[in-house]
Amino acid sequence: MTEAQDTPALLDIRGLKVEFPSRRGVLVAARDVDLSLQAGEILGVVGESGAGKSTIAYAIMGLIEPPGRMAAGEIRLKGERIDGLPREKMRKIRGKRIGMIFQDPLTSLDPLQTVEAQLVETMRTHLPISESEARARAVELLGQVGIPNPAERVKNYPHQFSGGMRQRVVIALAISCEPEVLLADEPTTALDVSIQAQILDLLRKLVRDKGMGMIIITHDMGVIAEVTDRVAVMYRSRMVETGPSEKILTHPDHPYSRSLIAAVPPADHRIERFPLVEYIEKAGDEQAKLDLSTHWLGQARDFGSHEETLLKVEDLTMRFMTRPSLIPSRRRYMTAVDHVSFAIRNGEVFGLVGESGSGKSTVARLICGIHKPLSGRIHFAGEELTAFTSRRAANHLRRQMQMIFQDPYSSLNPRMKVRDIVAEPIRFHKLASSNAQVRRIVSDLLDHVGLGASAALRYPHEFSGGQRQRISIARALATRPRFLICDEPTSALDVSIQAQILNLLKDLQEELGLTMLFISHDLPVIRQMCDRVGVMQHGKLLEVAETESLFTSPRTDYTRHLLKLMPRMKRAA
Amino acid sequence: MLFFIARRLAQSILVMLTVALIAFTLFQYVGDPINNMVDQDTTLAERERLRQELGLNDPPPVQFWHFVQRVSHGDFGVSYRLKKPVAGLIAERFPATMELSLISAILALGIGIPMGVYTALHRDRLPARLFMTLSLVGISLPTFLIGIFLILLFGVQLRWLPTFGRGEVVHIGWWSTGLLTKSGLQSLLMPAFTLAVFQMTLIVRLVRAEMLEVLRTDYIKFARARGLKTRAIHFGHALKNTLVPVITIIGLQVGSIIAFAIITESVFQWPGMGLLFIQAISEVDIPVMAAYLLLIALVFVIINLIVDILYFVIDPRLRVNK
Repeated sequence: MTEAQDTPALLDIRGLKVEFPSRRGVLVAARDVDLSLQAGEILGVVGESGAGKSTIAYAIMGLIEPPGRMAAGEIRLKGERIDGLPREKMRKIRGKRIGMIFQDPLTSLDPLQTVEAQLVETMRTHLPISESEARARAVELLGQVGIPNPAERVKNYPHQFSGGMRQRVVIALAISCEPEVLLADEPTTALDVSIQAQILDLLRKLVRDKGMGMIIITHDMGVIAEVTDRVAVMYRSRMVETGPSEKILTHPDHPYSRSLIAAVPPADHRIERFPLVEYIEKAGDEQAKLDLSTHWLGQARDFGSHEETLLKVEDLTMRFMTRPSLIPSRRRYMTAVDHVSFAIRNGEVFGLVGESGSGKSTVARLICGIHKPLSGRIHFAGEELTAFTSRRAANHLRRQMQMIFQDPYSSLNPRMKVRDIVAEPIRFHKLASSNAQVRRIVSDLLDHVGLGASAALRYPHEFSGGQRQRISIARALATRPRFLICDEPTSALDVSIQAQILNLLKDLQEELGLTMLFISHDLPVIRQMCDRVGVMQHGKLLEVAETESLFTSPRTDYTRHLLKLMPRMKRAA
Repeated sequence: MLFFIARRLAQSILVMLTVALIAFTLFQYVGDPINNMVDQDTTLAERERLRQELGLNDPPPVQFWHFVQRVSHGDFGVSYRLKKPVAGLIAERFPATMELSLISAILALGIGIPMGVYTALHRDRLPARLFMTLSLVGISLPTFLIGIFLILLFGVQLRWLPTFGRGEVVHIGWWSTGLLTKSGLQSLLMPAFTLAVFQMTLIVRLVRAEMLEVLRTDYIKFARARGLKTRAIHFGHALKNTLVPVITIIGLQVGSIIAFAIITESVFQWPGMGLLFIQAISEVDIPVMAAYLLLIALVFVIINLIVDILYFVIDPRLRVNK
């Protein structure tokens, strides 16, 4: 590396160790971390949640939450040691010399203050400028980060900006005092692909123009491939490998780096299963699998007729009121789903892809009856769902379709034990004859999704995100459904966990002959999972195609645009 | 916003009509008003004439309609006990209760909010812990007990403060105030504090919990990462966000200060509406009870309306954006 030069590195970290003492003992969040960053360089720190990536950023900022503390090591900014500085001195470095961007732009801004007030406050804290100078500069900054109409927008409140625009505001705030170092903690994780590309472009441009050094923390190999010059790979609080991005992405030395890269769904071809390397958190695959030909779960799978088409959606339209008013003509509506029609064949995995707000989740909610459509018809297994007037009458059909939600943290009732969560649909639809049978089924289901029957007596908060998603899957299977709606089932998960969950879903689909509606914004995931795909934009279904032909010969401009934005990693053969 | 306020107003009217119905039913089912108005030697014919005159033979919906009409003009009838118009009685007592409630609301908010902020920001310091313990005592002791303790200490033992009444009052128009004389202020001190204790401790705990929540949010972390001054973060960003949800509860609490004044007023023999109400109950003075009921409901409805409008002022997310 560049250590031999006379001028010190912009940021230099040696032997960093961060500890969080707790009642159960000391948790080491990061240890033996060595990093250096040059001006104009973009360094990626990659790893899974809990690997200690963010801890490094907080340590640099001197913002580790007590009782956590930096137990060893030193951090130098241009040769000058900044760890352990008195509070007031450190405060003057934060924002002024080191800026930081957070993951979620929706929660990073004070909702009660205008963007201008927040920018002006930040600048006037660090720079000797007047109120009116600061205001002028605020407008200029918003222009720099690519917000159209900055002079007008500066007076707006955060909620008046979209997610991508808010992240631009956050960036404007972080660079408002021209810091030398910018720390970006998962800056694009909460954003759509097209917005992600724009934000990454912006960050890259700012680093080049202003000669800043940037550390970008992410779990997304695509982001690493896109913008970084060098990468550091973190695994269980240690830095296992550092080197030029090109080399790590193609020829990683450490087995963990290799497994991490293998777990990323390839964008350019379809693979049978995701390779799971032993380095990844134990998959629990050695749990007893059920013999489905004899088990309850496999029974009654003969749903009578074997129609060609299981689900047919015709001319489905749904709108939400965005401005309520007493006078109907003054009401404003947003059409979330606009005359959508498609059909899903028996045993097929049908994908819906689109950016947030494209209406794909609304379609799922309409099908499973969470919302009522404004117009249009939904046919399921030869019966018209939309024709049923009461929910009860449609129960026998609803039993056959189940949904898995995106957020594994809010889709399970925290006050219920896992056993009761999984048993609830069995009891509701009266699918078992006795309590003892319900229990047996629940523990078999938990075994089958790879959690182990012992999970039954615990509460959801004791499980990680991936494990919770397994609980959701077990709950969905508990009614012996034939149709599964998966709404972004893995987008809240780490890549290695995502690989496990996708493998599980693939297995279940094959074993049980399930039909699936698989919703995702992630094209590589869609490519791995789906037989046919529909592309949605602004509530309209633009095209439906066989997955492979969609990727090789897209028919609409929008699909081509989406495909172009898809982060691609060069891989070693 | 207009739509929102119009809807809230409509709801308020509905609430008031419901309360009016309850008040009206009081007349119907709690005792016979004629018996309460006349003495033993009134003839049956006389009673029947009176009954006809007062409209008591009309069908209940018609009676209710007349009742609502009278009430909306401020006519609550004549007190059975004092033989005076209820509206006048209430107007006489109203300033006393309002002054008491106002001062204790100011006490509760003025001490409660800063203490809540302090205990949230310096969770581990001794004063914060001490205060939290004390607030537990405040929340668990019944109001009348606190009042009696205060009387014992400051009235009987130390003889610093008067133990009952309002002291000297000054009349400004129909409003009588004790805030302008020394004895009036002295008399106000103990009842106001007694009334404030419970609300104060509740507000402390509420503000503390909410503030701790806000301090964990991303925008506070981001404000720290921008190197803003601690004071600006705590009071410029955190406090304002804390107050948004707290306002609702505070509004309801101010309402209940007025309603809870009953107990405090009877402990300190404070000549307010609460005392009037207690006396009315013991003598089944229904017009007074009904009027009090309606008045308290009105106070709650008005406070809630103000709280809803305050939301708009504080939280830009609720204002209609283009």
